[in-house]
Amino acid sequence: MSKFSGLGGRLYRGETSVNFIGRRRRWYAVSGFFVLLSIGALAVQGLQLGIEFKGGSSFTVNTANPSVSLAREAVADAGVDTEAIVQLLGDDKVRVQTKALDPAQNNAIQDALAAKFSVTLGSIDTQIIGPSWGKEITRKALYGLFGFLIVVMIYLAMALEPKMAISAIVAVVHDVFITVGIYALVGFDVTPATIIGFLTILGYSLYDTVVVFDRVRDNTKSISSLSTKTYSQAVNLAVNQTIVRSANTSIVAILPVAAILFVGAGLLGAGTLKDLSLSLFIGLIVGTYSSIFIAPAVLAQLREKEPAMQALAKRVNSRTAPMGVATPAPAVTEERRGPRNQPKRKHRK
Amino acid sequence: MSTSTKPIKTSSRPGRTLAILGLILVSMVSLVFLQDSKSLQLGLDLRGGTSVTLQPRIAPGEEGGVTSEAIDQAVSIIRQRVDSLGVVESEVTAQGSGTSRQIVISVPGDTGRRVVDLVGQTAELRFRQVLASGPGLPATADATATPAAGVSAEVNAKFASLDCSKPENRQGTGADDATAVLVACDRAGGAKYILGPAEVLGRQVSKASAGLDTQAGSAWFVSLTFDNEGTAAFGALTARVTSLPEPTNQVAIVLDGLVVSAPRINEAIPSGNAQITGNFTQLEAQDLANVLKYGALPLAFDRGEVQQVSPTLGADQLNAGLLAAGLGMLLVVIFTLLYYRALGLVTVGSLAVAAIMLYTLILLMGQWIGFTLTLAGIAGAITAIGVTADSFIVYFERVKDEMREGRSLRTAAETGWVRARHTILVADFVSLIAAVLLYIFSVGGVRGFAFTLGLTTIIDLIIIFLFTKPALVLISRSKFFNSGHPLSGFSPKSLGLVIAKEA
Repeated sequence: MSKFSGLGGRLYRGETSVNFIGRRRRWYAVSGFFVLLSIGALAVQGLQLGIEFKGGSSFTVNTANPSVSLAREAVADAGVDTEAIVQLLGDDKVRVQTKALDPAQNNAIQDALAAKFSVTLGSIDTQIIGPSWGKEITRKALYGLFGFLIVVMIYLAMALEPKMAISAIVAVVHDVFITVGIYALVGFDVTPATIIGFLTILGYSLYDTVVVFDRVRDNTKSISSLSTKTYSQAVNLAVNQTIVRSANTSIVAILPVAAILFVGAGLLGAGTLKDLSLSLFIGLIVGTYSSIFIAPAVLAQLREKEPAMQALAKRVNSRTAPMGVATPAPAVTEERRGPRNQPKRKHRK
Repeated sequence: MSTSTKPIKTSSRPGRTLAILGLILVSMVSLVFLQDSKSLQLGLDLRGGTSVTLQPRIAPGEEGGVTSEAIDQAVSIIRQRVDSLGVVESEVTAQGSGTSRQIVISVPGDTGRRVVDLVGQTAELRFRQVLASGPGLPATADATATPAAGVSAEVNAKFASLDCSKPENRQGTGADDATAVLVACDRAGGAKYILGPAEVLGRQVSKASAGLDTQAGSAWFVSLTFDNEGTAAFGALTARVTSLPEPTNQVAIVLDGLVVSAPRINEAIPSGNAQITGNFTQLEAQDLANVLKYGALPLAFDRGEVQQVSPTLGADQLNAGLLAAGLGMLLVVIFTLLYYRALGLVTVGSLAVAAIMLYTLILLMGQWIGFTLTLAGIAGAITAIGVTADSFIVYFERVKDEMREGRSLRTAAETGWVRARHTILVADFVSLIAAVLLYIFSVGGVRGFAFTLGLTTIIDLIIIFLFTKPALVLISRSKFFNSGHPLSGFSPKSLGLVIAKEA
C-alpha cells in the first residue's frame, strides 16, 4: 500500500510518468478495435432483450417442491398455445416465461400453476408486459440519453472548456458502445434495470473525466506564458497526477457495486439488483479506462490543432532542443515530436 | 504549476461549521419524531402487492390525440375504480410528462387479480334519461320509492336494495351497457338512479368549457356543444323529457358507469349548444367540463406492465438490498482505512453522517411527498456510497499534492480545499443532471433509483462542505496528524517524499 502511495508522489512530481497522451494511437487502436467488435456483435448477435422489451409474461411460483416438468404440465393444462421457458431459481422457486398473452390466457396459466403446485395465487410472483411497452421504455431511455448528453455538454462547456465538453462526450459515447457491445457479445439479458445501469454509468464516467479535466485546466492556466510544457505534456502530467485518485475512486465505486452484484446474483438469482449492478460493474471499468486513456488524448489532440498551441509546442521544443544539438532536427514534425519527447524530465536520480 | 506565495487565510472555523451540521442533523431527526414519520414507506417490490402500469391511448375507432386533460381525467376514473377495492394505501399516479404519461396503480397486499381486471377497461361517457332517483342508501320498508314506470320489477328491486355507501358499488366499470337500463350510484355515493338506455354518447360532444356568468353574480356554469349527430340526438332527448314529471325530466351524465351530474332539462335544445347551471363552485364547474371533454375522446388503457409480488419475495428482496448496502459500506470502509489509515476515519465518519441524513430524508420524504423506497431505490443509495467516497478522495489527494509542494498539513487542508472544491462541485453537478434526467424520462422503479441517487448527491455536497472539510481542518491542527506518523495517512513515506532515500 505505502509503495503505491510513494508512487503517488513520484507521479505528482513527474518523476514517474506514463506517456498516456503520446501513445494515444495505441489507445485509439485498442478502443477502435473494441468499438468495431461491439458494432459487429450488435449486428450479428444483437442484444438478448428481456421480456420487458419484447412483451411477455413471467410467473414465478414460490414452492417447497419446485419442478420444471410440473410447471410445463401446468402450461399445457392451461390450454394456452405458447412456447414457455421454464427454469428453476434456487431451490424454492420455479419460473415460467411466455410470449405476450392476453389477460384471459395469463389468468389461465396462473390458475393452472396454482393448482399444480397447490399454492395460492398470492404466492405466484407475476410480471406481465404488454407488447408495446418495450417500445415505450426504449423511446424514453433514448430521450433520456440524448437529453443527458446535450445538457451535460452545454454545462461542461460552460464550467470547463468547450473542447473538454466534446472530449468528455466522445469518451462517454465510447463507453456506451463498448458496454452495450459486451452485452451483445456475452449475451447477458438486457432489462430496464440494465438500462438504468447504462444511464448511471454516463454520470460516473463523466465524474472521473471531470476530475482529470479540472486538473488539466489548472495545469494549463498560464501555459502560454511559461513555455515549459506543450499542451499535450501538460495534459499528460494532469493524467499522471490524478491517476492514483482515479484508481482509488474507481475502486471505491466498484466495491459497493460488486457487493450488489454478489448479493443480487448470489442470493436472489435474478432480478433488478443483478441486472443493475452487472451493467454498472462493466460500465465502471470501461468508464475508468476511457477517462484515463481516451478523454484526455482526444482533448490534447483537439487543442494541439489550435495555432496558439502549435506555436507553444514550437517554443517549448526549441527550448529543450539546444542541449548540444546546434540545428533543430528539421525532419521531425512538431506534432509527432511534442508528445514523444515528454516523459524525460529534470528530476532524474 | 505556479506556486502562489499568497499567505493562506486560516480564518476558517471548523468548529462552528460542524456545529451547524449538528444542528441540521438534530432538527431533521426531531422533525421525524415530531411528525411521527418513523416508519419506512416500502415499495410494493419490498413488501408484496400488485402494480399495474397503464399506457393510455385513443380508444379503437376514435380519432385524435391523447391530451393532457384526458390523462388527468383517466387518472381520476382509475382512482375511483381502485378506491372501490377499499384497500388502504392504494395509489394511482401519473408518471412521466405531458401526453406520454403513464398511469401507475399500486395496491399493497394480496388482492389476486382483481386490480388487474379492474383497471384495463375503457371508460365511456354517456347521456341517459333518469327514470327514478333516490338517496344512496337501501330503501327502508316504510319509505318505498315509487317504482319507475316501464322498468322491470327486477331492476326496481335492484334499485331499492342498492347501497351506494359501499365502495364496491361505486366501482363503475363493466356493467355499463349502452343499450340497456342501468342502475347506478353517483360518484360520491349520495344518490342512486335508474337510468334509461344511452341516447347521446360522449364522443358526440365536440366542446365543453366552464364559464362564469357575470350578470348573475358569481354563478359558474358549464357550456357544451354537440356535433351534428349529437345535436340531433340531444335535441330529440330534451324535447321528449322536458315536459315530463320529476325526476324523469333529468338527463344523467354518466362516466364509467357512475353518475357525474343529472341536470334537469328546462327546455328542448335543438341547437346543439347547452348550458348546465347550478350552484357550482369554480372547481365543480371545471371538473364537470373536464368530464365532458374527456367523454369526447375516451381513452383505452394498454396494460404496459403488471407486477404481482408475493410478500415472500418482497421480504427476500428487502433483506438482499439491506445486505448489499451493509456489505458495500463495509468494503468501502475497509478500503479507505487500509489506504488512508487514520485519515480514513474522516471518511467513515462522513459516510455515517451521510447514512443518517439519507435515512431521515427518506422517512421525511415518505411523509411529505409519499416517497416509497423500492429495491431500485436501495440500489441507487448503495451506488451513491461510491459517489460520496469519491469526493473525499478528490479532496484528500489534493491535500497530499499540496503537501508535496512543501506545504504543511495545516495549510494544505485549506489550499487543497479551494482547488478540490471546484472539481467536486462540477462533478457532483453532472451526477445531479443525470439523476434529474433519469427521473424525468422514466417510470416506476427507475424513478426510485434516480430519486435516491439525486438525494445522495445533494447529501454528498452537504457532507463534504459541512463535515469532511471542517473535520480535516480540525485534525490538521492535531499533533498526531502533523507528526507524519505512519498510521496518520500523511507520513512522508505515503506522500512519496522519502523515495530518494529508499532508492
